[in-house]
Amino acid sequence: MSSLRPPETARALGLAGTDAVLSEPQASPFKAMLSVLRRDLLLAMRRKAEVLTALFFFLIVSSLFPLGIGPEPALLRKIGPGVLWVGALLATMLGLQRMFYSDHLDGTLEQMVLSSAPLPLLVTGKVIAHWLVSGLPVVVLAPVLGLQFDLDPGALWILALGLLIGTPVLSLIGAVGAALTLGVRGGGALLSLLVLPLYIPTLIFGAGAVQAHLSGQGAGGHLSLLGALLALTLFFVPWATTAALRISLE
Amino acid sequence: MLTVHNLTCVRGTRPLFTGVDFAVAPGSWAHVRGPNGVGKTSLLRILAGLAKPEEGEVRWNGEKIGGEEFRRELMYLGHRAAVKDDLTALENLVFAAEMDGATLSREHAEDALQRFGLAGREDLPVRFLSAGQKRRVLLARTVTRRAKLWILDEPFTALDVKAVDFLANLVAEHVKAGGMAVLTSHQAIPLAPGQVVEL
Repeated sequence: MSSLRPPETARALGLAGTDAVLSEPQASPFKAMLSVLRRDLLLAMRRKAEVLTALFFFLIVSSLFPLGIGPEPALLRKIGPGVLWVGALLATMLGLQRMFYSDHLDGTLEQMVLSSAPLPLLVTGKVIAHWLVSGLPVVVLAPVLGLQFDLDPGALWILALGLLIGTPVLSLIGAVGAALTLGVRGGGALLSLLVLPLYIPTLIFGAGAVQAHLSGQGAGGHLSLLGALLALTLFFVPWATTAALRISLE
Repeated sequence: MLTVHNLTCVRGTRPLFTGVDFAVAPGSWAHVRGPNGVGKTSLLRILAGLAKPEEGEVRWNGEKIGGEEFRRELMYLGHRAAVKDDLTALENLVFAAEMDGATLSREHAEDALQRFGLAGREDLPVRFLSAGQKRRVLLARTVTRRAKLWILDEPFTALDVKAVDFLANLVAEHVKAGGMAVLTSHQAIPLAPGQVVEL
């Protein structure tokens, strides 16, 4: 064990003492948000198993349906969008409980709450990280899986676009649930009961967009409604999550 | 100036402590003492603004605590490690500073860790460090964070004799420079005596 450098020596270097602190105040609170985002992505990269679990779950669940139903293109086309959306929704749910849990366990969350940066911004950073890790891969993978359901290129495009707008909504709504159930025993089951009903509008408009495209009505209306949901949740969720976290931490 | 007035804390239905009054002026520190389970940690969490008291209030320079101004001047180190096992000591320190709304260069972070005897272990994931070394990663924030009020919950736990002296020295310097500190410890603290708050 190397020895501790006494403050006298360090002061001689012009660094020690409480009047000369090493960190500098930051100009923009958005830097703190980006820092949370970077840290969560780094943590996800160091624990790849957790990330890949959600992705493989999505892959396998959506592949089981065509295998179980058999080669009936008309039926597969009909259920495809719904199955893929439900798969995406459940895959997002998998990582949700961990969003604040590990930070809560090791005390990092307390430090975030006490940070001079606004907590809603830090929370937004965590939600973006959750989406990049569990939402974005689903968006990329979904069109490939859609081929199993005999969806035409136009429908695949609408599916991906719908997921691109819809999965951030899932992460955002999930964040409120994760914050509310933090520190509750059996929080995982409670979280599903709390969050899944709130996912219904996103599911209806998301899967509906592809159906509408297939029936020739055009997906514009559904996608606009998804966009409205995203704008609404993006506005309210950081504050709701912040309030929930403060309650959970007491 | 931290003023605590008539603080009462209730856990469930059981009152932990009632009518706690004290003040910490610049250049002084308070030692919160009492047997296990008497509510030392609860008191410190209330002082930091993490929990709300049943009754009474805590003021910082006359203002109610919890505002951005207060959080900027506060450093609270709880008894949990507040470090990520999968990140290195250096990353932990830099991210902690950034999330506090500050910037910390790599050189300065290395310097802080070296002062806490972690030279050569900066780039090791924290899960490979011992409990005492993990504690040092957290405590390195005492030299990287700009704060007037230090609230330290059992800071000497898991530290060896040298590290205890080193940390006590840092607290003494901080107080001498006009800072304030509130700490809990079961050990005798090797520091010029401060005010004692018995719970």
